[in-house]
Formats: sequence, C-alpha cells, structure tokens
Amino acid sequence: MSDATMSEIVDTAGDDLVEAPLVSHEERRKLEWISIVGPVVVFAAFVGLWYFMHHWGLRHLFDKPGHLMPPVHDILYDSFVRRVPQPDGSDYIARSDLIRALEWTAIVAFVGLAASIVLGIVLAVVMNRAAWLERTAWPYLIAMQAIPILAIVPILGSIFGYEPSTRILVCVMIALFPIVSNTLFGLQSVDRSQHDLFTLKGVSRMTRLFKLEFPAAMPAIFAGFRISAGLSVIGAVVGELFFRQGGRGIGIVMDKFRSRAQWTLTYGALLLTCLLGIAVFLLFSWISKRAIGKWHDSAHSS
Amino acid sequence: MTDTRMTDPAANWMGQPWTPIAGDPALEFSDVSKTFQDGTRALDRTSFTVAPGEFVTVVGPSGCGKSTLLRIASGLERPTTGSITVDRSSLGYVFQDATLLQWRTVRKNVALFAELDKMPRADRERRVSENIELVGLNGFEDKYPKQLSGGMRMRASLARSLVMEPDLFLFDEPFGALDEITRERLNDELLGLFQRKGFGALFITHSIYEAVFLSTRVLVMSARPGRIVASFDVPFEYPRSHELRFDPDFAALSGEVSRALRGESA
Repeated sequence: MSDATMSEIVDTAGDDLVEAPLVSHEERRKLEWISIVGPVVVFAAFVGLWYFMHHWGLRHLFDKPGHLMPPVHDILYDSFVRRVPQPDGSDYIARSDLIRALEWTAIVAFVGLAASIVLGIVLAVVMNRAAWLERTAWPYLIAMQAIPILAIVPILGSIFGYEPSTRILVCVMIALFPIVSNTLFGLQSVDRSQHDLFTLKGVSRMTRLFKLEFPAAMPAIFAGFRISAGLSVIGAVVGELFFRQGGRGIGIVMDKFRSRAQWTLTYGALLLTCLLGIAVFLLFSWISKRAIGKWHDSAHSS
Repeated sequence: MTDTRMTDPAANWMGQPWTPIAGDPALEFSDVSKTFQDGTRALDRTSFTVAPGEFVTVVGPSGCGKSTLLRIASGLERPTTGSITVDRSSLGYVFQDATLLQWRTVRKNVALFAELDKMPRADRERRVSENIELVGLNGFEDKYPKQLSGGMRMRASLARSLVMEPDLFLFDEPFGALDEITRERLNDELLGLFQRKGFGALFITHSIYEAVFLSTRVLVMSARPGRIVASFDVPFEYPRSHELRFDPDFAALSGEVSRALRGESA
C-alpha cells in the first residue's frame, strides 16, 4: 500500500466512530427532569399523608392519639432548634445530643464497613483462587446471611460484652456478604479471552490479579460497597437498640426518647439515621463514579 | 534472519510474487491431532509450516477446528499428539474480538504487552506512540474501548502486538464481525503493515476472498475433525491494490479454493 492510501485511511478512520445514541437527547433531558420532579412529588405526598394521619387518620382509622405521628414542623423544631430551660438554669438542646449520638453511630458503622471491605475482599480473592475453599466457605456465608441478626445481638452481647467491638462485629456480620458475593462474582466474570491474553504472556498470579481481575471486577465490587454501606449503618443502629451500656449511639438515644414517649425527638433521631444511610450511599456512588465512571456505563449517577 | 528482506522488507515487494526466505520455519505443525475431553476430535494429523515472512491463511467451514489450530499454535492448548515448533517469545495475536481491557485507554491498551514484558518505559512509550500512528488511531489515544467502533478496536488490538515487533502474527478471524467496507479497508491496511514490517502470519478466516487477497498461501481445512485438504500458492505480486479483488485471475483462484472447500464439506 502506498503512503497516500495510508493517510487516506488515517483520515477516514474516525468515520465509523459515529453511532446513534440509544436514548435520544430529548428523552434523556426528560428523564433528568423526572428524576428531580418525581421524588419531590413523592416527598410532598408523603408529608401530606403524614399531616393527614396526625390530624385525622390515626384517631379515626386506628383509634390512636394523633401525637404518635407528630406534625413534621414539630419534629424538626423539637429535634434541631428548641432549647428547653432546665431547673439548674441551663438549656437542654436535643440537637447536640442527637448529633453526638449520630457521630458515635457513624464511627461504628464506618469501622464496621471498613472491616467488612478488607475481610470481604480478602475472602473473595482467596475463594476465587481455590475452588475447594469457595465450595467450603459458601454455605456458611449463606447461612450467616440467613441468621436473624436481631435475635443474636443479645447473645453476642452476653458473650463478648457490650463493647464497641461487639457493635462492630454486628455491622460486619450484616455487611460482609454483599461484598464477598459481589467481589467474587466480579473476579469470576472476567472474559476468557482476556484471561488468554495474560496466559499467553505467562504472567504471575499477582500480575493477573492486579492488572486483570481486580480492574475487571471493580464495577461489581463498588456495587457491593454501596449495598454494604447502607447495611452497615443499619447494623450499627440495630445493634445499639440492645446496648444500653457503653457509648450513646443514635439507636440508644432513639430508644430512650421512645420509652419516654418523646415522639418528636424519636422521629428526629430516625430522620438523622436515614440521612446517615443516604449520605454513605451517595459517598460510595461518588467514589464509584470517580473510579470507574469513565469506562463503565452503569456507575450510578445518583 | 540474515535475509536482506528482514532489514529492508520493501526490497522484496517490487513487482514479484512472494518467495520463501531461507531459514527455519517460523511455525511448524507435525502430525498434530487434538481430541477434547468430551471426545470431540478438533484436529486430525495436521501438518504444515509457515516460513519466516510468509502469510499463510487457513479457510474452513465454521466449527472445523480452525480456532483450535491457532490456540495450539499460541500455546493456549496442548496437542493430544504430534508436535509444534515455534518461537513463542516473538508472537503477535489478534483474536476474534479485540479483547481490549475496557478500563484502559487506547494508549494503555496498546502498551499492555510491553508492560507485561517489562519493556523499559521510555522505549515502551515511543513504540506505543509510533504504532498508534501506524494503525491510524492518533487522536484517539485517550479514548476508552467503549467509545470506539469495532474497526478501531481491531486497530488498537493490532497495534498492541505490533509494539512487540513479532516475527509471527496469529490472527483468529479478526475482521469477521466487521462490516464489509471496514473489513476491506483493514485488509488493505494489514497488507501495508505486512510489507512494511515483514512479519510472518497465520491467518484464520471463513472468507475465501479475504484469504486469497491477503496471503501468499491458502490452506483449506475440512469439517471436523479438521484436516488440511488442499493448499494453494497465491501468485499475485505485492503490493496488492484493492482492485485485485476484481481481477479475473483472482476470481479463478477464489473459485478453486471454493471448490476445494465444498468438495470436502459436502
């Protein structure tokens, strides 16, 4: 081939790059619009229903007093604004109690999640490497998943004491499985032809793991992180409901308010717990997008 | 390897048919058979050689064991009986799909083999840039595979092996999934590279025209168990213009290959 045809080919190389997008521009804009408006409408409907239940629904439908679902503005005011004067002259501010409790819970959840991530990935890598280990460990991972965590928290507490480390253990038990199963799935779903490339080059196990299997598994691994992050927060809070001693997490504080029939504060604590869960989910979605969004389509945009 | 065409490949191509270069074959199959564990006989006593700088194409019906042949040549599969001689340190590969790593940019994908072989960085970067340009992907260095068309992915796949300057290229139906226009264009380009670089090639395809257009020799394989049933020397001189596809002699030879194929598969 002459140089002229070569450069001609070079010039036209980009022609076949153009592909029609699967979703048209207009449709995508419509979807983006709905993804904002839709949730807002649902939120408004929910708040409306809440007020309805407070003023009328609870009393007439369930024969219960309306203050079991206090008005939303009361929840927000009591939990995050109000100062209650105390006999000794100081003010009681629920907000600072709640925030401190949330911090404590967040720390437990994060440590639990971090432990789950390290343990889960190591376990998945080992299981991926040795089929007999995978076959041996898998039934117990499923079994652990099937344990009603609520039922065994008091048992764990009796055995290990109501220490922070026991709370972290509860988090790990609840958050471990999605990380192991997603990582293992990711490691095992590498293309055979891509494996062939590395086989042809006669690379070491480590090179294959770090240059092929881990990068290929990243989307699945991050999906596991996102699921486990939420579960870890739940694990931390659920664990606390049984932990009357030790540091005061949001679960303990919530239970205290509930037992005193301080409904506005109970819901305030619940709201904060949800926000923590959402924040952790968003954080991992963001990390995931930063890490793999450029080459992987399904990195969540939210 | 002392042949002058290896240092100045262009010298050989001026208006002559291809002639063998002296020296040991780049690839030799001796009586190679392959039976899989489920009893499938993929290859039956197959023998052939690829001389250095020779472009040999294997055509055959689907499922005749062509891919097995290539997997054995590359070392991914072991033959059940028989032996092969090949220098595996100097092989290039292009597979049916481009097998690019989707998390690497074009530049990083093209660098993969060099990286796995621990080629010094400066050397690697220079060769990667050169070969990206050679296959016409300049400007796309920082794109990810999902942003490329099928043809461009194949170019990247080709460049990845070109970086290693292989003596022998193994092609497993590399353009089979592409549209005809892109396929012909890539055939033209591949021939350009073949002349420029002087590598030997074993090329698997199910397209008779592709086989005749590209190669110095066409081997015809029968259906399972695969066996080489015919061999045709392709006399057309290099460089081959894309007009060759409309030449009566080209049609005649393609017809012969086609008859050999049908004679066996009927």
